[in-house]
Amino acid sequence: MTTSLTRHRALGCAVLTVSLACLTTACSHADSTSPATGSSGSGGTYAVWDPYPQFDDSSDWVKLLTKCGTDAGVAVKRTGYDTTDLTNKALLAAQQGTSPDLLIVDNPVISTLAEAGVLTTTGDIKLDTSGIEPNLLAAGQLDGKTYGVPIGANTLALYYNKKVLSAAKVDPATIKDWTSLTAALAKVKATGKKGITFSAIGTEEGSFQFLPWFWGSGADLTQLDSAQGVAALTLWTDWLKQGYAPNSVINNTQTTSWQEFATGNVAFSENGTWQLANAGKTGFDWGIIPIPSQAGGVAPAPTGGEFVTAPVQKDTGRYAATEKIIGCLTNADNALTTDTTLSYVAATEAVQQKQVAANPDLKVWVEAVKAAKGRTSDNLGTKYPRISEPMWTAFQSALSGGKSPKDALTAAQSTAAAAIK
Amino acid sequence: MADDVMARPASTVRAGTRRRPGRRSEQWAAWGFLLPVVTYLAAFYAYPLYRNLDLSLRHYTVRSFVQGGAPFSGLDNYRAVVQNATFGPALLHTVLFTGVSLIFQFGIGMALAVFFVNHFPLSGTLRALFLVPWLLPLIVSASTWSWMLNSDSGVVNWTLGLLGLDPVNWLTSPTWALTSVIIANIWIGIPFNLVVLHSGLQAIPTDIYEAAELDGASGWQRFRRVTFPLLRPVSAITLLLGLVYTLKVFDIIWIMTKGGPADSSTTFATWSYRFSFGNLLPQFGPGAAVGNLLILMAFAFGLLYIRIQRRQQS
Repeated sequence: MTTSLTRHRALGCAVLTVSLACLTTACSHADSTSPATGSSGSGGTYAVWDPYPQFDDSSDWVKLLTKCGTDAGVAVKRTGYDTTDLTNKALLAAQQGTSPDLLIVDNPVISTLAEAGVLTTTGDIKLDTSGIEPNLLAAGQLDGKTYGVPIGANTLALYYNKKVLSAAKVDPATIKDWTSLTAALAKVKATGKKGITFSAIGTEEGSFQFLPWFWGSGADLTQLDSAQGVAALTLWTDWLKQGYAPNSVINNTQTTSWQEFATGNVAFSENGTWQLANAGKTGFDWGIIPIPSQAGGVAPAPTGGEFVTAPVQKDTGRYAATEKIIGCLTNADNALTTDTTLSYVAATEAVQQKQVAANPDLKVWVEAVKAAKGRTSDNLGTKYPRISEPMWTAFQSALSGGKSPKDALTAAQSTAAAAIK
Repeated sequence: MADDVMARPASTVRAGTRRRPGRRSEQWAAWGFLLPVVTYLAAFYAYPLYRNLDLSLRHYTVRSFVQGGAPFSGLDNYRAVVQNATFGPALLHTVLFTGVSLIFQFGIGMALAVFFVNHFPLSGTLRALFLVPWLLPLIVSASTWSWMLNSDSGVVNWTLGLLGLDPVNWLTSPTWALTSVIIANIWIGIPFNLVVLHSGLQAIPTDIYEAAELDGASGWQRFRRVTFPLLRPVSAITLLLGLVYTLKVFDIIWIMTKGGPADSSTTFATWSYRFSFGNLLPQFGPGAAVGNLLILMAFAFGLLYIRIQRRQQS
């Protein structure tokens, strides 16, 4: 009896101690135990975070990561996060001192993370960025320093449904400016179909979709309520009023806008390279034209796509292998594989040419990427998010009929000006 | 396993006292066994609350969030939040969203609960069906609602068209967006009210009803004079839980409208999220401040509940 009691008590104590130990470690800051340093020192495990949760271990992307790690003499432990989740995860990890060795992150987030001191510069880890298109690299630059290498780029263009356009007797080749585009939309509407879908949702995604029109009018992000800016928003608002675009665009993500296009009842969809694979599945003939600017010519669309970055580590000795892995991921052969897997346009001219040779469909995209512009470029950096939010509020209130385009943008400009002061 | 841990210490304490009746050691043991709970409360309640308060009282930039050293800024974040153009609308939307949701959830839940007290064939099955909104993951129900309310391809507008009515921009017009999310939220909240009130109703002894009936009380009088007063404690806790629940509703609104168009369906919950996570450049300070205002609101109603409960007991 006594022995069983003491055993019970010992067991109770053990359970108690273990649970206490768990509790205390859970709430204390994990200072040195980064997930990367799980196994000892160099030649150990390197953590990689990416925003591609759609890829599992059997995908080409993860295989490439593993191979690049092996070549650099380390084991790669990769985790895929949802892209909206990744910024916060990265910030929190940096706060706790548990940053991954490689972070692949959406380009407009770079300036935020760089501002937070989370990222190393390409100078710190001795990365060569000379072959990379300057307009793409600009998205990762802040105050003359570069914080990563683009893994590839995507941007926006107009997908069109050939059948709907020919029924409306519209030749897509004649669409060169806003006037000809709007005229085409009117003809499509006359046949009982919808003209165009896009995403004007009240998030960064909506700003991303608005920018080709905003920039295509010649407007500048530092002055939202300029005459050009108002012209761009009036273009969108009028499309809605005339019924050229469905009212649902106000709530559309780029995916839901694509789904509308995929029904076959819409002539145009403003969408990105990443929909190429789905375009083949729609079951109708489609084509792509660049987004026209107001006066004619290709409008600058914002660059999308991720950068490979190297977050700051306590143990700077780790950078050598990190540099090797990044070099491996972005060298010409592997970049081709990666960008084909992701349906992106490569960041270097040489690889872009290879892509077009392999798939002529990509020609429009390569041109669009050449004309594209980073959202945080022009040294806007972390000011961009403060401008983007009033901007999306403005087009939301104009499209939903709450305010006129002029009033909406004037209000947005005063909010933005106060926020970036 | 959990049961094991729970059961064992109790038996050990009792055994321990019998063997060594020292008062002091008994107290130590008591504290020892209290420790896990205290640690748990400190780690998972006190610390996060403290952190949130700390976040809201400092001027955080992304840099100081990561590197530390954010300067203390007193109530600046709260001042900024209150002076923000979104504050007024967000407060109004929060009150409307919570109030209207509660009234309808409780009203419909009560009506259904009374309805289901009488057993009839298939009443069990039907009651189970009413629980469906509760069982579905919120992402599923919110997405379904947003499809149904879609301006161009939604089934609701299609039905309106059949009836010869003009389509309504449920989610994309500033006048309707808040109403739409409230409707969806009412639908989701009914089962909770139904279940709690139904079990409350079953606890009322039937002989009281019989007595009332013998005294000649009509159906409405029986509800008004018997059911309602006897159900008051259950109603109070249902309303309080519903209130705390509804104040912090975030997912439904975020999935259906993102708080838009512009700010027309923004509540404190979505506003707080937008500050902290809805922008490429997070503003943790104001985000935490809005979150704390929400906690305060819930806390105030919690106190009110305790007061009412005390008054009822005395």
